[in-house]
Amino acid sequence: MTMATATTTDPMLPLPYSVRQVVKETADTFTLTLEPSNGAGGSPFQPGQFSMLWVFGVGELPISISGDPTDRGQLVYTVRSVGQATHTLVSREVGEAVGVRGPFGTGWPVEQARGRDVLIIAGGIGLAPLRPVIYEVLHNREKYGRLVILYGARSPRDLLYRKELAAWARQRETQVLVTVDYGGLSWRGHVGVVTTLFKYARLQPARSVAMACGPEIMMRFVARDLETRGFARENIYLSMERNMKCAVGFCGHCQYGPHFICKDGPIFSYDRMRPLLEKYEL
Amino acid sequence: METLEHIIAEHPFFAGLESYYTNLLTGCAANVRFDAGTYIFKEGEEANEFYLIRTGKVALEIFAPQRKPIMLATLGEGEILGWSWLLPPYLWTLHAHAVEPVRAIALDGKCLRAKCEQNHDLGYEMLKRFAQIMEQRLEATRLQLLDVYAVAR
Repeated sequence: MTMATATTTDPMLPLPYSVRQVVKETADTFTLTLEPSNGAGGSPFQPGQFSMLWVFGVGELPISISGDPTDRGQLVYTVRSVGQATHTLVSREVGEAVGVRGPFGTGWPVEQARGRDVLIIAGGIGLAPLRPVIYEVLHNREKYGRLVILYGARSPRDLLYRKELAAWARQRETQVLVTVDYGGLSWRGHVGVVTTLFKYARLQPARSVAMACGPEIMMRFVARDLETRGFARENIYLSMERNMKCAVGFCGHCQYGPHFICKDGPIFSYDRMRPLLEKYEL
Repeated sequence: METLEHIIAEHPFFAGLESYYTNLLTGCAANVRFDAGTYIFKEGEEANEFYLIRTGKVALEIFAPQRKPIMLATLGEGEILGWSWLLPPYLWTLHAHAVEPVRAIALDGKCLRAKCEQNHDLGYEMLKRFAQIMEQRLEATRLQLLDVYAVAR
C-alpha cells in the first residue's frame, strides 16, 4: 500500500509531515506549522477539528488545529508543553518529521452562525481551537454580524497571539476584550475571570451564536452566565476534551456519557452537554 | 444636559428602580472625577460612599508586607465600586486605584444609610441590588482562586 492511497482509506495511518516553523507564544506554549512531506496540499479541515500528531518514538497526541482553514498548504497547531510527548513535539526542529492523522471530529457551527453575531469566549490555550473561526469570520465579514472575542488568561505573560489580538481589535464590527486572573502593576487591561467581561461586551443574545473553549469548569461558568443573559442553550457551543486515543470512536477512551468526544465532538451544543457537565462522576 | 437623577436612573445598577427612589438617591449624589494614578480610597479608611462608574477603569488592590500591591480585579463603565459603606464597621477593606481617568457618581453612604433607615423599602432595594453584586464578585473570585489555566497536576 502506498502512502498516498493510505491517506484516503485508513484513518489509523499517520501521514508524514515536516515542521516548517516553530513559534514560541509563551514560556510553555508553541505554535507549529507543518507541511506535507510529499509536497501535496495539507488536509482540508473545519474550524474546531483536531488531528492526532505522532511524535515518532514517543507517542501520539490529539491537538486542535489553530490555523487558517483557507490556507490549504499547511496545518498549524498551538501546543502547550506539559509532558514528555508535548515537550518533544514542540522541540522539533524545522524539517523534522511529525506524523499526522485526521482531521477528526465535529467543527464549530460556522455555517449556522452566518447572518448572526459571533461571540467567542476563550480561556488560556482555548483560544487556539477558536482561532480558525475568527479567520473564517474575518475572511467572510459580510456573511456575519458582529464579532466579539472575550479572552481570559492566567497572566499577561500567558496571552497567546498578542499581535493578532491587537490586529483583530482594529477590524470593523469586531470587539476584542482581554482579561487576566493575575495582573502585574504594569498591566493596564482588565483583571478578573473571563465571565467578568460579559458586562462590557456589546451583545444581542437573540441574534448571536456563542462558542467557548477553555478549562471545563470555566466553560460551565460561561454557559451558565450566557444563559442568564438570554442566550438559548442551543446557541451556546463548547469544545469538550477527554483522553482521546484512536480518534475514530473505536477505543472508548474519550467516552463522555453517551458520547465519544473524538467522533461526536469535540464541539457540542450546551443543551446536549448541560446534564453531563453537572455530573461529578464524569 | 443630563441631570444627576437621569444618570442614576439610567445606570444599570439602578435599572427598574422607581423614580421616587432615584429622586431620594439623587439627594445623596455628586459628580466626581479621579485622575489616572490616584487612589479613590484606601484600606482602613472610613467608607462613607460608593461609586457608579461612568467611564474609566479602577483597580482593586490589596497590600501585603514586603510585596508589591496585588491587583485583584478591575472595574469599569457601568459597574459599582464599594459596598463597605453599607455594613459596619464602615471601613474600606481594599485600595481602589484609578488606572485610567475615572468619571463617576459618588453616593454619600451616611446620607444613604439614614434614608434607608427611614425608608425600609429603599433599604431592601439597596440590599437586594448589592447582594447581587456581592454574589457575582464572590463567584468570580472563586473561579479566580481555582487557577483554572494552571497545568493540571
